[in-house]
Amino acid sequence: MKRSNLFLLIGVIAAAVVIFLNFDSSNIKTSQLSEAGGELKIYNWSDYIAEDTISNFEAETGIIVTYDMYDSNEVLEAKMLAGSSGYDLVVPTADFLARGREAGAYQDMDLSRIQNASNQDPEIQAQADRMVGSNSAGLVYMWGSTGIAYNEDMVTERLGDDAPTDSWSLILDPANAAKLEDCGIAILDAPTDVLPNVMTYLGHPGTSMEKSHFEAAGDALSAIRPYLRYINSSQSINDIANGDICAAIMWSGDAFQAAYRAEEAENGHVIDYYIPNEGTNLWFDVMAIPADAKNVDNAYKFVDYMMRADVAAANVNYVWYASGNEAARPDIDPEILSHPGIYPTEKAKEKLFVTPVYDAQTDRIVTRVWNRFSAGN
Amino acid sequence: MNYFFQKFGRILVIWLPLGWLLLFFMLPLVEMINVSFSEARRAVPPYIPAFQIGSGGFSFRPVLDNYLLIYEYWEDYLWPAINSIRLAFFSTLYCLLFAYPMAWWIARSNKSIQHILLILVLMPFWTSSLLRMYALIGLLNPNGFINDVLIWAGITVTPIQMMQTDFSIYSGMILTYLPLMILPLYASLVRLDVSIIEAAADLGAKKWDIFRTIVLPLSIPGIVAGSLLVFIPAVGEFVIPALLGGPEQLMLGKVIWTEFFRNRDWPVAAAIAIILIAIIILPIVYARYQDRERIS
Repeated sequence: MKRSNLFLLIGVIAAAVVIFLNFDSSNIKTSQLSEAGGELKIYNWSDYIAEDTISNFEAETGIIVTYDMYDSNEVLEAKMLAGSSGYDLVVPTADFLARGREAGAYQDMDLSRIQNASNQDPEIQAQADRMVGSNSAGLVYMWGSTGIAYNEDMVTERLGDDAPTDSWSLILDPANAAKLEDCGIAILDAPTDVLPNVMTYLGHPGTSMEKSHFEAAGDALSAIRPYLRYINSSQSINDIANGDICAAIMWSGDAFQAAYRAEEAENGHVIDYYIPNEGTNLWFDVMAIPADAKNVDNAYKFVDYMMRADVAAANVNYVWYASGNEAARPDIDPEILSHPGIYPTEKAKEKLFVTPVYDAQTDRIVTRVWNRFSAGN
Repeated sequence: MNYFFQKFGRILVIWLPLGWLLLFFMLPLVEMINVSFSEARRAVPPYIPAFQIGSGGFSFRPVLDNYLLIYEYWEDYLWPAINSIRLAFFSTLYCLLFAYPMAWWIARSNKSIQHILLILVLMPFWTSSLLRMYALIGLLNPNGFINDVLIWAGITVTPIQMMQTDFSIYSGMILTYLPLMILPLYASLVRLDVSIIEAAADLGAKKWDIFRTIVLPLSIPGIVAGSLLVFIPAVGEFVIPALLGGPEQLMLGKVIWTEFFRNRDWPVAAAIAIILIAIIILPIVYARYQDRERIS
């Protein structure tokens, strides 16, 4: 055999082995199905469920669960709009669910089939339902806010003891941003979670859909653009935990994950999170069933299981987001329940708002304003 | 049996790959052109196809709105397009500068170790490109390995900002695409007749003259092939700028992503992609044209 042929052969064999290994696991799973309680395909956010929730459900019901994860609503939405996603239960944020329902991508959820639905916090569920425009779209899994996470020592060192760690101005005021530039500022790459909040900071209603309000918010962001390290939704968790950045506009749960990681690493960085006193937008992640789901009965069983007080509490204690489940409260870690960044105080609640579902034209305005700001030109 | 292979073997060998290409390359492309002439709506799928075969038979209702919208907001698209071409062009140039000496060295080294060197060049392809990008992030971060070493050695006091810059994008591009440049260069350099170089040297040509008048012209097919292999994927690259770049390095790949995911406007996303393909095809057509000029 010629030497070059030998190399070719080795290459082909290596490729075949890789392909074989990749195909292997899926076959094993389907062969077990015949003797079990059927299957269920779930598509949920990454890091969004306690470690043993799925395995406990499988053990209890005999249903084989395929659990896939996404890290942005956009990815989920694209799958739903393309159709035939193969998933039986997904967890979109309320505004995305509203649009998806308009497109006919989701089916109604019959709450009478879910015994534990009575565990739900009626106030939270009503707010989400108002946003979605239906009270049978699905049940809120977790909810949270957008706010500011910051490194206590680094911020105090640069802005003094009276640093405005209760206001959007910590980041949105150019004078403060300039002082924090060297330790690093980051902003979520999520226009619908940032622009409405900048509007409230500027004194406009966060629920506004006026073009001029979006543009004013864009200008305010452009003013601090030179001081920003980056605009990214997933990088800041690690970076703020490591001390690579010192202040960031973040989602509540992400901020607490960062705080937890810093504590675990014992690197001396203390991360805190607050809901700015100007107000912020709330978001609700809703368990919903796609229109073309194949295992609808099992999806109902799973939602019912997730609505159980003990299961819901275990999930909150793991992910540090506020649960839509009222009955879970007694089992939730007191540190989580008493944190105003997770469960806001009554006073803070008055300033919280829900972003409206934008139409296609508003989407385009928002994207345009956002792209101009993020490109920095 | 022998007769069977003679008769059908050739048909099979030609038509199987051709059929594969038609099915998985041409059809998606045709579908994308179809979507780019479709009207957006809120439904599953989120557009009314321009060309449809359904219960009502054929229907063909193309709309130009998507291309008109790009024309209307051309400022929003022109700058990322220029940026994409700039980053892809310089990535190609840097790859060429790195790859040429390496390809030359491999082509001139002992035959017995050439295969090993070539496998070493291809080695990075054996790990996931995503993994390599994260490794690069680990090196370039303000708290990363390179900055740690520089600070430890006393060369800088504060970490150098390397991530989210053109530098980090070029690093990622070169790391990813260098083998695609080395291989065609190697293929053209290894065929180069050494006796021509020896003859030139005997006749008193200096090293630089030999390179300029003999080696470089003879390796042009390799340079063209390698440059196309790097430039084409680089201009539409999404992952590398998304992971390593900042918002200033907005490229067309990200613009398509925004149209698709943020504006939920699949038709406009498809239209931009079609325009991008047109941009990519231009240099190929130009290269072909150059070829024909040279031959005639």
